[in-house]
Amino acid sequence: MSEELDRRQFLKGSAMLAGLAIAPGMLLYDLAHGRSLNEPASSAVRWGMLIDTSQCESGCDDCVKACNKENGLPGGTRPTDEQWMRKVELKDMRTGKATSLPMMCQHCEEPPCVDVCPTGASFRRADGIVLVDRHLCIGCRYCMMACPYKARSFVHEPLHDQKPDVPRGKGTVESCTLCVQRIDRGENNTACAEACSKAGHKAILFGNLNDPDSEISRRIRTVASTQIRADLGLNPGLHYEGL
Amino acid sequence: MDALLKNRRDSRNFYLLVALGLLVVAAGLAAAHYMEEYGHIVTGMNNQIVWGMPHVFAIFMIVSASGVLNVASIGSVFGQAPYKVRAPLAGLLSIALLAGGLTVLMLDLGRPERVIVAATHFNLKSVFAWNVFLYSGLFAFVGIYLWTLMEKRMNPWSKPAGLVVFAWRIILTTGTGMIFAFLVARQAYGTALLPPMFIVMSFAWGLAVFLIVQAAMYGWNEMELHAAILKRLKNLLGLFVISVIYLVAAYHMTNLYFARQSAFEHFILVDGGIYPMLFWGGYLFVGSLLPLFLIYFPGMGGSRHVLAASILVILGSFSLLYVFIVGGQVFPLSIFPGYEVTSSFGDGQIGQYAPSLPEILLGCGGLGVAFLITTIGVRALNFLPRDASD
Amino acid sequence: MKRIQAALLALVLLASGAAFADVTVPHLDIGKGGHCVNDPKFMKLNHGDLLKHQRTITVHQGVRGRYSLEKCVNCHASRVNNSVLGTDRNFCQGCHAYAAVKIDCFECHSSRPETVSETLTEIAK
Repeated sequence: MSEELDRRQFLKGSAMLAGLAIAPGMLLYDLAHGRSLNEPASSAVRWGMLIDTSQCESGCDDCVKACNKENGLPGGTRPTDEQWMRKVELKDMRTGKATSLPMMCQHCEEPPCVDVCPTGASFRRADGIVLVDRHLCIGCRYCMMACPYKARSFVHEPLHDQKPDVPRGKGTVESCTLCVQRIDRGENNTACAEACSKAGHKAILFGNLNDPDSEISRRIRTVASTQIRADLGLNPGLHYEGL
Repeated sequence: MDALLKNRRDSRNFYLLVALGLLVVAAGLAAAHYMEEYGHIVTGMNNQIVWGMPHVFAIFMIVSASGVLNVASIGSVFGQAPYKVRAPLAGLLSIALLAGGLTVLMLDLGRPERVIVAATHFNLKSVFAWNVFLYSGLFAFVGIYLWTLMEKRMNPWSKPAGLVVFAWRIILTTGTGMIFAFLVARQAYGTALLPPMFIVMSFAWGLAVFLIVQAAMYGWNEMELHAAILKRLKNLLGLFVISVIYLVAAYHMTNLYFARQSAFEHFILVDGGIYPMLFWGGYLFVGSLLPLFLIYFPGMGGSRHVLAASILVILGSFSLLYVFIVGGQVFPLSIFPGYEVTSSFGDGQIGQYAPSLPEILLGCGGLGVAFLITTIGVRALNFLPRDASD
Repeated sequence: MKRIQAALLALVLLASGAAFADVTVPHLDIGKGGHCVNDPKFMKLNHGDLLKHQRTITVHQGVRGRYSLEKCVNCHASRVNNSVLGTDRNFCQGCHAYAAVKIDCFECHSSRPETVSETLTEIAK
């Protein structure tokens, strides 16, 4: 009942706003593309990334730092520390060609972590984001065994001073959320992509893979890109260019 | 007067054993509490080696819990008299080992207090969730089976009950093997060979546990196992040990043939330090060849030799599981085939793992649970295998 | 007789009233407080269920709706220590200690509102 009332109020409010905003045009555009706080994520959207490794600079880890800051991660690199995002340096064993790229949860369409999770704590949201519900996670770490990308971390110690919009805690598994708190607020960009642009590399392009007119879809249609371990057939939401 | 003295001595020894078991269980619980208080940082496990020593103990107990029932199945399903009298003890050991293994698995969870979540939320696509049903089912079916064996009026039902237990435990060990077989991307796992390999391992390890407990009970009661029966049991153990070698060899041979797996095999079998050492020395020599010598070599095969062989088989099983579970994770995951890889998260590097004391104590605590259930069980009820001429 | 009865009754009432005031009812520092999503009486009874329901649709569907633990904390954090935890006067801890209901929300969730500087940078963006 209260939900219904809430929605009606919201609709009334947004209609008024839309009316006001028709002249500038900008706000109307946003309302058509964004999702209100009361609306569930929809499968009309599939969030993904295109990472251009030719633009990614070896030794630069601005994306990782931005991720840590956005999500309140301490940024340690001991084997027991959580790393949602890491920079990987590659050297082709035949040609010697060096490549640098960011690695994180690949947000698979068929995520092995979701398949193996006994309680359903690992799940894939309608808009393609793979998440852990920490209320259900019992900390068995089977998802970490199953992930082909080593994208997940286990919280080994009690935590303090988490960020209010990124709850995390001891004894549960976590990984990149594609900055879900930002997406739900309607800011359709991740902290890492933002930081990469700011550093002038523009190696990370975030967007909606299901919208044929989005920049990411247009780029994936025109340039050669690949998914990591594409042979596994998991259809990750992250695409890499120049690999 | 003699009987009275023996009775008094037995009583005292029984309470000593119970006290010992309780002490081990208490140490395990204290370790689990410590791990929960400080987090898994106090274990040797980390983000690369996510399953460690507790899982070696737990999987040994769960696999043996299924295999020990072999003794019962040969009696009830295949109608062999010497095995039939051993069926109740096998059932008790199965329940004890399963309880011990599950205790360790549960207490190692990151959030052990949420075990109720695991019992109320099921992802039916997860082999872990299936195992929750398989484990509770085994408790129930073995319980019913024991009832049909030990209650005279229920005896006619012991054959169908034995059949259900037989099928169930084969499925259960298949499920345990599938936990690893379903890991698509890991070089060490992800093969359909694992469920049959686990089933054969369960036969060998379960029988070894059974023979040790039986020897202890016969020693306690100053009884001697009939030579003919000893011969049958020891030959069976030998056969199982050979079968495990066969499947372990097939598993490694398959990997060796695949070029993409050769680096992993080279690590596990040749230059991986502790892992090849445990594989060749611990599993193959101490845990397989030496027991086979003790069982089959002319002049060997006495009850002491068979007891020693059984203990060695169990030592070998721990070595094999350590290589399989820890070694399988230590070798870096192949995310970018054809590239040399470095990162801050251990990509391309051999992982480091050193088991910590709390982990080992937790594992021993699980063995303590199994020991306590067995000790109290054989004291309270008549589980002693008595052959026809006794 | 009647007068004695009345006096006794008054005494008993007074005593029990004093007892309630001094011992049983927790003195809570409700922070900013005030009427928010529902009236306080309703919230006192139902906040647990509301949060549980909300957490499921928030985590699984991305609905950041009417009820949110973050919003509770924003208004009910004590102005003394900027938290809903800390002492038996703090909003969440105080009442839950009184009711002897253990909560583990704050092992993962922040017990403090977003700090002013962070909020400001958020707005500046």
